[in-house]
Amino acid sequence: MSSTSDLRTRTAPPKTAFRLSMLLYDQRYRSITIQIVFLFALMLGIAWLVDNTINNLRALGKDFSFAFLSAPAGYDINQRPIEYDSQMTHGRAALVGLLNTAILAVMACALATVLGVIAGVLRLSNNWIVARLMTVYVELFRNIPTLVWIIIFGAIMTESMPAPSAFRGDTPTASMLFNDSVAVTNRGVYVPAIQFSNDLGNLPLGVVAPSINWLLVLVAIIVGIYAHKVILKNATAVQNATGIRPKTWWKSLGVLFGPVALLFIFFGAHLEYPELRGFNFADGIHMRNSLIAMWLGLGIYTGAFVAENVRSGILAISRGQTEAAFALGMQPGKTMRLVILPQALRVIIPPLISQYLNITKNTSLGLAVGYMDLRSTLGGISINQTGRELEGMLLMMLIYLAVSLSISGAMNVYNNRVKLKER
Amino acid sequence: MSDTHSNTVSYVRDTMLDQQEPPVTERGVIKWLRENLFSGWLNSVLTIASLGVIWFIIIEIGPWLLNTVWNAESLRECRAILDGTSGACFAVIKDRWHQLLFGFYPPEHYWRPVLAMVLMLVALAPILFSEVPRKMLYFSVLFPFIGYHLLWGGSVWLPISVLLGFVVGYVAFRATAKLSSLVSVIAAVAGTFLWWVFLAGPFDAAMYSVAPIGLEYVRSDAFGGFLISIVIGVSGISLSLPFGILLALGRQSDMIFLKSVCVIFIEFIRGVPLITLLFTASLLLNYFLPPGTSFDLILRVIIMVTLFASAYMAEVIRGGLAALPKGQYEAADALGLDYWKAQRLIVMPQALKIAIPGIVNTFIGLFKDTTLVVFIGLLDPIGLSNAIRADTDWNGIYWELFIFIGALFFIFCFGMSRYSMYLERKLKTDHR
Repeated sequence: MSSTSDLRTRTAPPKTAFRLSMLLYDQRYRSITIQIVFLFALMLGIAWLVDNTINNLRALGKDFSFAFLSAPAGYDINQRPIEYDSQMTHGRAALVGLLNTAILAVMACALATVLGVIAGVLRLSNNWIVARLMTVYVELFRNIPTLVWIIIFGAIMTESMPAPSAFRGDTPTASMLFNDSVAVTNRGVYVPAIQFSNDLGNLPLGVVAPSINWLLVLVAIIVGIYAHKVILKNATAVQNATGIRPKTWWKSLGVLFGPVALLFIFFGAHLEYPELRGFNFADGIHMRNSLIAMWLGLGIYTGAFVAENVRSGILAISRGQTEAAFALGMQPGKTMRLVILPQALRVIIPPLISQYLNITKNTSLGLAVGYMDLRSTLGGISINQTGRELEGMLLMMLIYLAVSLSISGAMNVYNNRVKLKER
Repeated sequence: MSDTHSNTVSYVRDTMLDQQEPPVTERGVIKWLRENLFSGWLNSVLTIASLGVIWFIIIEIGPWLLNTVWNAESLRECRAILDGTSGACFAVIKDRWHQLLFGFYPPEHYWRPVLAMVLMLVALAPILFSEVPRKMLYFSVLFPFIGYHLLWGGSVWLPISVLLGFVVGYVAFRATAKLSSLVSVIAAVAGTFLWWVFLAGPFDAAMYSVAPIGLEYVRSDAFGGFLISIVIGVSGISLSLPFGILLALGRQSDMIFLKSVCVIFIEFIRGVPLITLLFTASLLLNYFLPPGTSFDLILRVIIMVTLFASAYMAEVIRGGLAALPKGQYEAADALGLDYWKAQRLIVMPQALKIAIPGIVNTFIGLFKDTTLVVFIGLLDPIGLSNAIRADTDWNGIYWELFIFIGALFFIFCFGMSRYSMYLERKLKTDHR
């Protein structure tokens, strides 16, 4: 013991009195010095910016207030997921814009995922022609800006599609698709809508008033998914106890779709088909050209990136894993489901989520085809009408930031859950 | 056994048979077709579906593309030549290619952007390919000043006086080098900035009044088309890499305050769409700067695009830093290298090599994002395609313009991604 203490006394640095120069030349203090200098510089910079802003605002005779959000907006929005008219407030208009952004983002994410998974898997296919075709798709879309694609799809919709009048007359030059249910026109796409004959009305929640029928359907779906999970858990428990896995697919099918189907029958759900009336189609759901152009542009463009992620994820799983699974006597389907996919998903999901983030941010390109998203309402017309650039842009950036951070936060939670547990 | 066998066999062939041709299904085109296109029912279905898609595309676009009109003054004339048949009217490209490439840059000065482009390629050569003599790097360092003067023109003394700022900094560094390294770094930075702020302007004015040399000044509003995309893209690319490296190092740093500022900056920039930053540049910058300051819109856009790309770059480089084994850092420490030396000699060369694909992807993304400047009123290729369509001559022309714009972007971006693959192969040192 004494030898160690000797060592310590011998190697310990000589105690020296603190000198001012140590702030710069002693590693222990230098980082603190640097940080303090940096902090002062940063605070000076921020103070300078804030001071400028205050002076400029005063010179323009403006104040900094968000009161404009409760003033009447006075402009129309052509796509309204919730009730809105031009007499409502700027805040309400911003909410409508945000919902439009969300609708577009979800639709584009779904399309990108489907296309990306198909293209990514097919690019690895042994089939020469399919693999080449997918390579062309991926390279073509990845190397041309998304804005160009959005405008191209917008032009295809407005220029190449038949006008509603082409559907009229004894010898129409255009016809509706899928047994007279979908009409693709140069004013947008009309698809059938689900209507309920027993309408339970709307649930007044203050800002929004969702339909009670749809809320119940949503609840039924959530309950169904939960029940499905419980059934799977029980099946696993039985399998662990007895070694035999009970057949569950019919139970799962029942709980997943049974309640929803019952509700639909009970509410008297039926399809409302679009119909040509006068100069335009009526009834059904009208998906505007702007929505279609944004959806296809963002979805197909991002699908090419997703395809690359999927491909690299599958390639990242070493061949030994497949061979080991075969050696254990697993069939190809089970090998894919139980061995390859769980590992590949760990590689695929993080970049996939960051592509979702990109889609969400790229919805702000809606301006190019006149899609009324958050940027076009709050960050566009509202700002122009009220002259509140500073507040409007700040609010819009904060909203985008909140959305992005919550998506990436969810991704981190997922990453931590599937991370390889290293010891 | 062998004895009995030899006795029972009545006939033994003593010459080899001639080799037969493999069966027709196992050779040549048919074998290839069977293995690659029709190996199973699923593959066959996919093959037939793909052929269907290709056939559809050829049938739909082929005649239109083959029946092309190159000489016409307007869309009306073009349609008259086509006489009702379907056909592409690439005459618009022949008529307006100069606008799509240069915007409203004065035609008599087209040689300037072209020369700048050629010189840029020369300046890039030593950076991109190690076979090119190293001495050419001096030209690469000088190119930004030459390029600026070629494109914008004005007094030739302005870029020279900016360049002199670096010379002043170097002189100050040398003069104080004996005192201490810290003092000399501070002297160099202070010298450069003092020169720029106080002396660069008067020097430029004085020299210009004595010797008014310089190309004719071209205003920024005249810039457009791919010229603007390339100017913004190349400046953003070359500036975002160093900023990205600094941000990544800041985020990895032990200094808690510095680190949190870097994290906040990176996450903020990555959390908002580029278009909001561009609008900030065009709408809000007047609020943040002293009254009366106004500077060039292209410069503002370059600053914003650089900030945007450097945040993404920082994350890519952070990935490279994280992928580096810890032993490398420790080895650098063990050799007694200080922080900057360790970064420069050990860490960065390896981390950047790992990050090459991500870095190039960020570059490609940045170049594609230059199209967003159309929203703040700059005339990039998309803005010009709208302007061309607004002209009565070409009202209603879409696809030909999109094909031209798309093809040029494709060439640039595809070239970049191929180069990154080449670089990866060249720098690959592991033998897997």
